[in-house]
Amino acid sequence: MSRIDVRKTYKLYIGGQFPRSESGRSYVVNDAKGRLLANAAQASRKDARDAVVAARAAFGGWSGKTAYNRAQVVYRIAEVLEGRREQFEAELRAAEGVTPARARSYVDASIDRLVWYAGWADKITQVVGNANPVAGPYFNLSTPEPSGVIAVVAPRGPLLGLVSVVAPLIITGNTVVVIASQDNPLTAITLGEVMATSDLPGGVVNVLTGSQTEIAPWLASHMDVNGIDLTGVEDAELATELEVAAADNLKRVRRPAPDTDWLAEPGLDRMTQFLETKTVWHPIGV
Amino acid sequence: MTFEYAPAPESRAIVDIKPSYGLFINGEFVDGNGTSFKTVNPATEEVLAEVAEASDADVDEAVKAARRAYTRVWSRMSGAERAKYLYRIARIIQERGRELAVLESIDNGKPIKESRDVDVPIVAAHFFYYAGWADKLQYSGYGSTPLGVAGQVIPWNFPLMMLAWKIAPALACGNTVVLKPAETTPLTALLFAEICQQADLPPGVVNIVTGAGDTGRAIVSHPDVDKVAFTGSTEVGKAIARAVAGSDKKVTLELGGKAANIVFDDAPLDQAVEGIVNGIFFNQGHVCCAGSRLLVQESVADEVMARLKRRMATLRVGDPLDKNTDVGAINSAEQLAKIRELSEIGESEGAERWSAPCDLPANGYWFAPTVFTGVSQAHRIAREEIFGPVLSVLTFRTPSEAIEKANNTPFGLSAGVWTDKGSRILSMANRLRAGVVWANTFNKFDPTSPFGGYKESGYGREGGRHGLEGYLKNTEKGADA
Amino acid sequence: MTPTASSTASTTSSHAVFDDIVRSDSSLRRFLHGLPGVDQVGCEARAAGLATRSIKTTSKAYAIDLAIRMVDLTTLEGQDTHGKVRALASKAMRPDPADPTCPATAAVCVYPDMVATAKQTLGDSGVNVAAVATAFPSGRAAMDIKLADTRDAVEAGADEIDMVIDRGAFLSGRYLDVFEEIAQVREACGDAHLKVIFETGELQTYDNVRRASWLAMMAGGHFIKTSTGKVQPAATLPVTLIMLEAVRDFREQTGQMIGVKPAGGIKTTKDAIKYLVMVNEICGEDWLDPDWFRFGASTLLNDLLMQRTKMTTGRYSGPDYFTLD
Repeated sequence: MSRIDVRKTYKLYIGGQFPRSESGRSYVVNDAKGRLLANAAQASRKDARDAVVAARAAFGGWSGKTAYNRAQVVYRIAEVLEGRREQFEAELRAAEGVTPARARSYVDASIDRLVWYAGWADKITQVVGNANPVAGPYFNLSTPEPSGVIAVVAPRGPLLGLVSVVAPLIITGNTVVVIASQDNPLTAITLGEVMATSDLPGGVVNVLTGSQTEIAPWLASHMDVNGIDLTGVEDAELATELEVAAADNLKRVRRPAPDTDWLAEPGLDRMTQFLETKTVWHPIGV
Repeated sequence: MTFEYAPAPESRAIVDIKPSYGLFINGEFVDGNGTSFKTVNPATEEVLAEVAEASDADVDEAVKAARRAYTRVWSRMSGAERAKYLYRIARIIQERGRELAVLESIDNGKPIKESRDVDVPIVAAHFFYYAGWADKLQYSGYGSTPLGVAGQVIPWNFPLMMLAWKIAPALACGNTVVLKPAETTPLTALLFAEICQQADLPPGVVNIVTGAGDTGRAIVSHPDVDKVAFTGSTEVGKAIARAVAGSDKKVTLELGGKAANIVFDDAPLDQAVEGIVNGIFFNQGHVCCAGSRLLVQESVADEVMARLKRRMATLRVGDPLDKNTDVGAINSAEQLAKIRELSEIGESEGAERWSAPCDLPANGYWFAPTVFTGVSQAHRIAREEIFGPVLSVLTFRTPSEAIEKANNTPFGLSAGVWTDKGSRILSMANRLRAGVVWANTFNKFDPTSPFGGYKESGYGREGGRHGLEGYLKNTEKGADA
Repeated sequence: MTPTASSTASTTSSHAVFDDIVRSDSSLRRFLHGLPGVDQVGCEARAAGLATRSIKTTSKAYAIDLAIRMVDLTTLEGQDTHGKVRALASKAMRPDPADPTCPATAAVCVYPDMVATAKQTLGDSGVNVAAVATAFPSGRAAMDIKLADTRDAVEAGADEIDMVIDRGAFLSGRYLDVFEEIAQVREACGDAHLKVIFETGELQTYDNVRRASWLAMMAGGHFIKTSTGKVQPAATLPVTLIMLEAVRDFREQTGQMIGVKPAGGIKTTKDAIKYLVMVNEICGEDWLDPDWFRFGASTLLNDLLMQRTKMTTGRYSGPDYFTLD
């Protein structure tokens, strides 16, 4: 008689913990052929609220770390992902029905993306900051700072898109509440396990699974969220609704881009869009 | 005998205010189709001129003119040629500087000392600075592709300076503009239109439409506007953010503030007092980045307050055209009513009010420099932008408490720190959530220095290399404009 | 007993409240370095801001006459002669011989050996004689020589003594030596008023100017003075601003008024009026009096006279119409 599998329970990733949805709900996730893969937690507005609280609590510590330190942590995520690549490849094959080669290429690209962004931590300030030659006896320096807590609607797909939207935000010191792709939530939670074991402080990345339509409006209108990335919003009406709600506290908004080619090398703008420029003046005298 | 300063009025003869003004569309002044309105001198309540109101159709004409100029002329012109137009404008502003300053003071109420020594020189410098970028955009880090037509709406507190902050980078990047000055201060923008004519700027590159909120809304929501730039209240900023939702318009917003000006016990006190005064009484406190919340360390609070009050008693309030005036007129009856209302609320909430002893003119809109002590974070005068010469004073005991109070606001435009300890300055500057931090100085502006806020103070930067970003298309693959 | 500059424990200050402070070099240093710092850029911006005041018509006429009354008409040259000093003293009493309403200057300022001559000419005109003493301008002499220099000038009839501090001692942190030197010169002055010259051009920083101001005030100087006129930069608006703030704050603390004298480089009416505006706005009208504010100057007077004539006649005057003494 064959052995009975120990199945995995997919929960949420909030504040470094893996809680069930406070609503007690879950939903069925099928593979590419429509067979049951697992049940995923269906996050509620209260889970979203808890995630924002966790992200806010983590912001001071995370943004206050040295850029070098943040780079090491994100690089560590890449290392751990590399170590668990077979698991991710298997999940990708199951979720999307792709060939082993294709699954491998997505995992490769995800790991490489993390490494690419890790290197940016201590360079982005040099590239987008400025010493400003004002017409007077003043030292004047502009430096980028993270905007704060960013809500993200991740694009379709289990891994590469998710990594590509989260990595540029955390590398600069933001903390994130991300709504994983509704159809591919399982790998997002597995990625949460990777982050939880990569020295990433709890709360820096919070992963919610469930309904975009249900959760996103709560994040868009949340007054303690500083920015929202609508990349994965495919419904134009919902996108507009979210952008309108985001205006309540003037969140920085990145508009939808569901068709992005995630294999292409990204530019800087996923980082710069959620950076503030701070300019400090000081007189020069004896 | 005391040393009284005799009146030293700047001559008004240098400006020629017409009885009525039209809209500046496609290089010409044309009549507006809305209901014209009057602009008054806030220092005397004298009606200065009748100004056209742009209707939706007028705005549409202006946008069309801007689009034509964009497609046929401005976007095709080399950066080097655009630069020469901007340099030309900068030079004319310098040449006609006194005229611009006097007109600004008459229409706005700000002291001639400031319009002459601050506003107009910064305006000229701003055009000069961005002129130089026009043929160097490929080195900016933001590419060199313009957005198209920029719709720009500016406030009444720095009419000409805000115009320069909007128009100079827009034109340098190859965009054309439709700009609406505030309804209480349209005159210098209209004089600027004349300067564009003098510079032979191609028609339609700059269009100036006058009017109030409806005109502004028409610009912002016009479907052929590619970029919206707004400076003004947070409330209107939010309405704009809602109005452009779902569109491809790029938006920059420079909105309200409630800046903390933090004075430590080891501060250079005499300069700190000057910084406090400059922070809140510069331009009658009609400054979005005004240091309207003084956070003073408890150990020196009494001494700082005594010095501050002594200094405030020497402020000269009155005729904006008098060269010795330090504080001019409140810009409008509406603004004066708002300042009075919030000040009365401050008193009723239990804060102690002190105003500098000064005689205010009988006509016009005036408010004596005022300070509230015994203010707590819960008071409305510690939270809401008063946008007038009213300072709220709070105290703190430790650096952490100062940071906590300073950041405890939905705004995040600017902040000040006064201390002689270098490492403390850097620590405070790091922890303050504000777009501009003035350490041992306040209210300094420069074309090379990016300006703009965190949180509800808006987004985007004006000034410096960063100021180009709002007027260029991000052509990186997959980029969000 | 031979007075020396060496520090002894018996020093007392002008006010008992400062006695603990002047007990030792270190307590004095703690106090002086505990004064609020001066931000150079802010201080210079404030001075420049005040300099933009526009003083016209009646207020200008008032300012010009006041400035004339505040002038310490000065000649401090190796080539000075008795004749030159007599001519200068005559001019001090009647700056504009053509106009009897023109006020006299506050004083003439000369080297000690010229005091008697100046005094003889000035008589009881009310114009004082000020003498630079203490090995002016460098201050490099033994203490007993400085004191003798002072007594000599006082005995010859000087009403005011302009001493120089030992900048070497000040810059090397020997504040107590400087303090005692001032205190001893003050004692040697008897009834004559003491002005303490810092030579701010050598002190270099505004922080130093503020410290020197407090040191001199605590040690009993009646006036604090910027410069000898022999070192550039001499008087500047920001330096004078710092000194005015110091005397203002000193009165706040002790109730006592100290005078301020910028000297050197003030050549035009426009300059002088800027200083008066500064006095008015920093210290207030109490200081707008020759007892509390002076200009150490030589060529300034003629420009004041030219401007004064312009005010009364309505036309511009020329140098030929004023005496060159």
